[in-house]
Amino acid sequence: MTPFWRGFRDASPFMLVVIPFSVLFGAFARDAGMDILQVLAMSAVVFAGSAQFTALALLQDGAPVLIAILAGLAVNLRMALYSVALIPHLGHAPFWLRAVMSYMMVDQAFAVAVKTYETEPMPQGHKVAYYFGVAMSVCPLWLVFTYVGAAVGQVIPAAWELEFALPICFIALTAPLLRTPAHMTACVVAVLSALALAWLPWNLWLIVAALFGMMAGAEVERRMA
Amino acid sequence: MSDAVIWTVILSMGAGTYLIRFSFLGFLGDRALPPWLLRHLRYVGVAVLPALVAPMILWPDGPGSAVDPARLIAALAGFAAGWRFGVVPALIAGMGALYLMRALIG
Repeated sequence: MTPFWRGFRDASPFMLVVIPFSVLFGAFARDAGMDILQVLAMSAVVFAGSAQFTALALLQDGAPVLIAILAGLAVNLRMALYSVALIPHLGHAPFWLRAVMSYMMVDQAFAVAVKTYETEPMPQGHKVAYYFGVAMSVCPLWLVFTYVGAAVGQVIPAAWELEFALPICFIALTAPLLRTPAHMTACVVAVLSALALAWLPWNLWLIVAALFGMMAGAEVERRMA
Repeated sequence: MSDAVIWTVILSMGAGTYLIRFSFLGFLGDRALPPWLLRHLRYVGVAVLPALVAPMILWPDGPGSAVDPARLIAALAGFAAGWRFGVVPALIAGMGALYLMRALIG
């Protein structure tokens, strides 16, 4: 199997989450007063579901536009960490490829790709192909099913609580990463920090909690080395 | 929401998000990173992903709101299944536990 198709296969279970999440976003955005073109444009241009939900919910609550934008961007600051963490694996690629790969840098793509890079050695070129495979299995669905949600509206009953599939998805992405005591420490510290700092304004708790978790993991690794 | 507000949000969040994603991978490219930084970067995924969802799971209605025991138990079931078996079992166990708890305790 080529690296592209391996990546595609490895990320394909997440289609089960991306599809309902996209439909929910499309319907939610239409409800918030956007037309279909605007909903699709938002998903295509911003390309980050959690941040889009965050910003629209704030606008619906009557928050100032600037606050909604900054809160959405704060949720996405985590991707700066993804952007650094991918350098050792994808940094060798030509500039235009790095530009394309940046556009597709979603949580599932990052988590699936890095887990594979760290557990199985592969040549640099294969890493790029693998990344594209992972990204192509989930990214197009985001656009297609945002459109479906925007076009048909509230087809998913709220009682099904399908929005909860997203946290479950992130938990499923995390579980296989907990390979060493250092990884476990990073996870526990990040979770406790997120809960303790949830009161911070503009969603800044996420990036701060992530940095605390990384520092804890790195420190445990250093001491055990 | 007016059209102007909507397009402002779309374009500024789009530009900001792309810059965040492109930031290091795009501008630094193949630069070698110091060992201390690489050591920290090994823990990005395992710190970011659970931190993002922990408050959502504990407080569905915002920080400090009532804890929903059904969602807490569902998250634990999803974690156990994800740890042991993988993504699809995690989804089945998590959503299954959620519906079961809704049927049992509401």
